[in-house]
Amino acid sequence: MPEKTPLVENPVRDEEALIRRIRDGEHDLFYELIQPYERRVYFAAFAILRNQADAEDVAQEAALKALKNIRQFRAESRFSTWVIQITVNEARMWRRKHHAHTMESIAGRDDDGQGNYTPRDFADWREIPSETLERKEIREKLNEALAELGEIYRDVFVLRDMHHLSIEETSQALGISTASVKTRLLRARLMLRDLLSPGLGGSWNTRLSFEKGVKPW
Amino acid sequence: MVVRCEEVWREISNYLEGEVPAELSAAIEDHVRSCKRCAAVLDGTRNVVHLYGDERMLEVPLGFSHRLHRRLADNTQPNRRSFLGWMVAAAAAVIVVGAFEAARSASFGRAEPRSEHAQVGGVPPDMTVLVSDDGKTMHVAGCPFIHDRAHLRALVARQALREGYVPCVRCMKKYLASSLDDLSGDIEPQSFS
Repeated sequence: MPEKTPLVENPVRDEEALIRRIRDGEHDLFYELIQPYERRVYFAAFAILRNQADAEDVAQEAALKALKNIRQFRAESRFSTWVIQITVNEARMWRRKHHAHTMESIAGRDDDGQGNYTPRDFADWREIPSETLERKEIREKLNEALAELGEIYRDVFVLRDMHHLSIEETSQALGISTASVKTRLLRARLMLRDLLSPGLGGSWNTRLSFEKGVKPW
Repeated sequence: MVVRCEEVWREISNYLEGEVPAELSAAIEDHVRSCKRCAAVLDGTRNVVHLYGDERMLEVPLGFSHRLHRRLADNTQPNRRSFLGWMVAAAAAVIVVGAFEAARSASFGRAEPRSEHAQVGGVPPDMTVLVSDDGKTMHVAGCPFIHDRAHLRALVARQALREGYVPCVRCMKKYLASSLDDLSGDIEPQSFS
């Protein structure tokens, strides 16, 4: 029996080889495979469920499901896309099962999905330095705005703009056409912009301890 | 080519993706230079993409990675565990029988001390290992599979085994292999005696 090469001695990550070895029975290597994507897996679940505990449970379930079905993984897609697709499906099933009563968010409730969206606010934004993201309250406010989006827009936005999947990968993960991805992405971006805009006094001004009408940046 | 505000809004996402034809792209830029409203929409949308695309927005709960690893470990090592379980049971049986035989033969002055190596499952008993209070596994220093590095403590393998830690199957592979060799060595004489 040929001796197996320990991966700890091979710093070059060869995902295909790793997947082959897991398929051949070295299941304990799976953590090594999924580790670079574990944050994405968690956040894909969180974006749908909006609850840390549920998202963690679903992320774990999705990882186990990916392991169990590793033989079904086809090399034409990236492993990361495949595992996120599994996570999205798991999260949706979880939501159907446990949170069927969850209210749909306000923005996009009556959307037709056609992308005909007119911006509501035309106040100018200064460029926002990414350093502001060091502040937890800023991240929370951005997450609150994200939660306001309708599900179909949020899913696309999270995968494309937060996980940086390509348009094609996003369409694959969500099982929709690339045209729908583009339409929903446009609308999601414009709605978020409106939700965070200086002039609307939305979620920012009323609950933050900033001077009225003044943004933290 | 001249574009209206509505066309700019409709194409703004594709424009940011770099997916509009050069002529349309130039027309949008011309329009935005002279239209404050569209400039505001473009800048704001660009800000949204920039902010949400930052890694810091993907915040996971403390300990998530560790818990995921443990959950996977619990589900990926049943065969190994059961195999090791059988080996441990076999080793225990060998030790019990061996101890019985040694006690019996002591009266004839033929008792031979058992190797301490076998008593600690193949891991050198005085070797320094690292464990964490939340973990179940002992590691050699430098093992990439050590988790909870903030709460590590060093102790000798003998003590770690006594506290219930098991050797890491990755960094202590060679000792586990030698442990199995030891076991097969122990079993054979018993079987044929």
